[in-house]
Amino acid sequence: MTEELIIAGFGGQGVLSMGKILAYSGIMQNQEVSWMPSYGPEMRGGTANVTVIVSDERISSPILTIFDSAIILNQQSMDKFEAGVRPGGTLLYDPNGITRHPKRKDINIYQVEAARLASEMGNTKIFNMVVLGAYLKIKPVVKMENVILGLKKSLPERYHKLIPLNEDAINAGLKNVIAVQELH
Amino acid sequence: MSELKLMKGNEALAEAAIRAGADAYFGYPITPQSEVIEYLMAEKPHERTGMVVLQAESEIAAINMVYGAAGAGKKVMTSSSSPGISLKQEGISYIAGAELPCLYANVVRGGPGLGTIQPSQADYFQSTKGGGHGDYRQIVLAPASVQEMADFVKDGFELAFKYRIPVLILSDGVIGQMMEKVELFDPIPRLTDAEINEKYPWATTGKKSGTERRIITSLDLDSHKMEEHNHKLQAKYKEITEKEVRYELIDCDDAEYVIVAYGSSARIAQKAVRLARAKGIKVGLFRLITLFPFPSVKMHEMCGKGIKGFLAVEMSSGQMVEDVRLAVNGCSKVAHFGRYGGIVHTPEEVLEALEQKIIGG
Repeated sequence: MTEELIIAGFGGQGVLSMGKILAYSGIMQNQEVSWMPSYGPEMRGGTANVTVIVSDERISSPILTIFDSAIILNQQSMDKFEAGVRPGGTLLYDPNGITRHPKRKDINIYQVEAARLASEMGNTKIFNMVVLGAYLKIKPVVKMENVILGLKKSLPERYHKLIPLNEDAINAGLKNVIAVQELH
Repeated sequence: MSELKLMKGNEALAEAAIRAGADAYFGYPITPQSEVIEYLMAEKPHERTGMVVLQAESEIAAINMVYGAAGAGKKVMTSSSSPGISLKQEGISYIAGAELPCLYANVVRGGPGLGTIQPSQADYFQSTKGGGHGDYRQIVLAPASVQEMADFVKDGFELAFKYRIPVLILSDGVIGQMMEKVELFDPIPRLTDAEINEKYPWATTGKKSGTERRIITSLDLDSHKMEEHNHKLQAKYKEITEKEVRYELIDCDDAEYVIVAYGSSARIAQKAVRLARAKGIKVGLFRLITLFPFPSVKMHEMCGKGIKGFLAVEMSSGQMVEDVRLAVNGCSKVAHFGRYGGIVHTPEEVLEALEQKIIGG
């Protein structure tokens, strides 16, 4: 199994930390992982993306242009990465703030209203965990127990009290992902 | 089995310095390697091992602090990125001339000048052909993973002390910024002053009565002595060339074509090899681990065994390719492919270059 994923959105949405939790979860089940961020003069509100690879084999290139899956969290990223999804691959997005929806006919497309769900749960910071939950429902590349272990590993000790809240957010994403287009 | 962690390349390098029993790190922040000093400051190695970490007032100050500490027999390192490494060149030449051990890392960014903060491999010439003035060489290790960013710190210090030579870890923005699984080696204790005094008869540890003065200098105004000194240095470089070459061959057994690459380009090339093999093209990867010494002998030998062409892939306009040409020496076709100025080539571009420049060219 190899999953090549791009997560793209605004800085401050938790794009990089979501990728880190996924990578740590992969380590927890003895897989090879890589996490390659876009880095640069970026800041809160600017664009941010990270390529995460989880694989049973040694990972070659950590930098890719074609992805098995794309998680897209703003319009700029939709414009940039929709074309990069492999035919038959998966695109997951939050429709909040999206004006031009994906048009590809040869990929699976899913939506999750993560921003709305996080806000209804009273904490917009768990937005990224809602998205992660939705992604894991479509692509169960890592087991839920390993995600919780991954969270413990990647969060500093003082935030461990927030793990149940993050778990709730992941579950909210799991339950609320909607299939827009599924290939058969 | 030691600890398994998810770390950035820069963080792994910093943690490895503490574990390798380094006595000191002197540095100055610059993107994309600032996590090295950031990690070391946060980790407070002084409390863990007694290791000194100091942010110097400039890169030039940092390398001269390295020169001083190395002269005292200490295990010392610095790191920077391309423009900062240029500033350090005078100090590195002096350290090479004075035959002192030190380790430094360059997390390369695009140039020339201040250039860009994005990844590049355009410092190959600077790293392998001098950099500073004078007829010196340094051992250059090119990590292609976060694991090697950690492991090469340990290996680098060993080589530095074995040959009393500067050792460079030539990384780049990709390897520095990416996170991967890393298995950290068990900590090595720092040497005590008494151990340094005993192990290193050249180290300036304070003259005791009845002992010879130990002098560290790169200066000799007597040209005959200076030529002698240069002969000694050249003999050392020859020995290193014979004994310390490192490389990795991937899918080369049945290969008709070979991609030569190092660092992050080797990772990208490895993916290109997979794409090519899926199309039935018999291609392998010659991953350079030491850039000096360059694995010329092995490359020439492969060429004699029927490799039809070598594609040098590097994030520069063509620097490493010159060493590939020297090694192959006309015995087979050699071409270059690379993006530069902070652009990282893709596996698909590498495959296309292989098909056009080597197979079809």
